[in-house]
Amino acid sequence: MRIFNLIGSYFLLLGKVFSMPEKKMIYYKLTIKEIEKLGLNSIVIVAIISAFMGAIITIQTAYNTTSPFLPSYLVGLAARDSILLEFSSTIVGLILAGKVGSNIASEIGTMRVSQQIDALEVMGVNSASYLILPKIIATIFFNPFLTMLSIVVGIIGGWSVGVFTGVVTTQEYINGIQYAFIPFYITYALIKTVVFAFLITTISAFQGYNVEGGSLEVGQASTRAVVASSVAILLFNLILTQLLLS
Amino acid sequence: MIRVSGIFKSFNEHAVLKDINATFEKGKTNLIIGQSGSGKTVLLKCMVGLFDVDDGEIYYDDVLFNKISFTERKDIRKKIGMLFQSGALFDSSTVEENVMFPLDMFTNMTLEEKRERVNFCLKRVNIINFNHLFPAEISGGMQKRVAIARAIALNPRFLFCDEPNSGLDPKTSILIDELIKEITEEYDITTIVNTHDMNSVMGIGDKIIYIYKGEKWWEGTKEDVLQSDNKEFNDFVFASALTRKIKGIL
Ligand SMILES: Nc1ncnc2c1ncn2[C@@H]1O[C@H](COP(=O)(O)OP(=O)(O)OP(=O)(O)O)[C@@H](O)[C@H]1O
Ligand SMILES: [Mg+2]
Repeated sequence: MRIFNLIGSYFLLLGKVFSMPEKKMIYYKLTIKEIEKLGLNSIVIVAIISAFMGAIITIQTAYNTTSPFLPSYLVGLAARDSILLEFSSTIVGLILAGKVGSNIASEIGTMRVSQQIDALEVMGVNSASYLILPKIIATIFFNPFLTMLSIVVGIIGGWSVGVFTGVVTTQEYINGIQYAFIPFYITYALIKTVVFAFLITTISAFQGYNVEGGSLEVGQASTRAVVASSVAILLFNLILTQLLLS
Repeated sequence: MIRVSGIFKSFNEHAVLKDINATFEKGKTNLIIGQSGSGKTVLLKCMVGLFDVDDGEIYYDDVLFNKISFTERKDIRKKIGMLFQSGALFDSSTVEENVMFPLDMFTNMTLEEKRERVNFCLKRVNIINFNHLFPAEISGGMQKRVAIARAIALNPRFLFCDEPNSGLDPKTSILIDELIKEITEEYDITTIVNTHDMNSVMGIGDKIIYIYKGEKWWEGTKEDVLQSDNKEFNDFVFASALTRKIKGIL
């Protein structure tokens, strides 16, 4: 029963977010700020994780497929497909749920308990739209870049470690990357990214916006934001994969 | 002028406000007083529309505030300034940005004009040369004053203050009280102040409403306070040794 209540108020909040934007120019400025805060500040973590994951996928595939009957391009192919299909969208999504989600929930939650949201409302500002819409636009717009970055860095990471450890040659790896490439996989990864960005931002904002109490509750909301957006990502990963790849 | 009539508000069966009727006059500092938990903040939040009332009417001048459409409400809200118990400054914005915020949202002033207005308001509350500091970098009393500056930036017709001097030393409290009173008279605003501080009551209470367990128990001016024969009200007023002493002298 409680879950239906929650979903109901989540959609009510979304309704408020998408109704009657205040002055456009202000939204533009806020969005730029959010891109910096939620997007640019995530570049380093995404790059680091992608490089390591690409490397690990490469050496694991290599060590587990030492049979001479398997084609030599297999390592590159496996790295490419796992990065494209799951890693750069879903795993990066989960990491961002942790970083961006907790950030959003604690920021908005703090504004709630310190009555800053009330102050906005009393002035006649649509606080939901003012606080949440720029974050949604910023992440939907910027996360695809993070995904592209993750794909590139992941593949490079796989290549450099593969060559460094000698499990694969540059030529084999490149052959693998190019073998039977399906361009739609990139679209698929980007669609997932956009959906995940929306889920992370709105679910975390919802958790923060509805905090009642004090700083303890803000911390709890921030944890709930991460858990709920991660679960939502996994669920929608399943749904989207079924819809887009079957 | 703000008039409330027959206000009821409860949270999950717990009745917090019971049939509140009151008129708050223009150009005067109207006080709502009462013990902690008596429902002062809830009443204030009902009046500005942060809570919906269960029953009753709230009139701003002659407009029935709690029954009009969202857009009409918004027009009235632009005329409301509110000072929250905690100050509620935006902590990721500087002092200047805080005061400029309502101007950014609701006017088409140029940056020059906005700066000028911000500096005027900050000067009015005696905050000078702190424009680029963040709320966390100034003292609690200064935060309250910046919040007042933000509340008056748009020349409000109605000013609400929730315990403007809680957490401040007696001297700063008096300064804040006097500032509120001056602004009220200078711009002929309808000001409503929540407080449980007898100093404020005796200092600035043009009109006083006493709330006891969610009901209006007493009403009068600061001159009437020491003469009341209402038991619960006297319990509140003479809880302080100081007021008892004054009563003894009278
Ligand atoms: N959002 C809410 N949900 C449920 N109950 C509430 C809520 N806000 C206030 N109450 C209850 O309403 C009652 C009155 O609270 P209120 O905050 O108005 O007191 P107050 O007179 O402002 O006290 P103080 O002087 O301590 O600020 C309290 O019993 C409180 O528990
Ligand atoms: Mg209160």
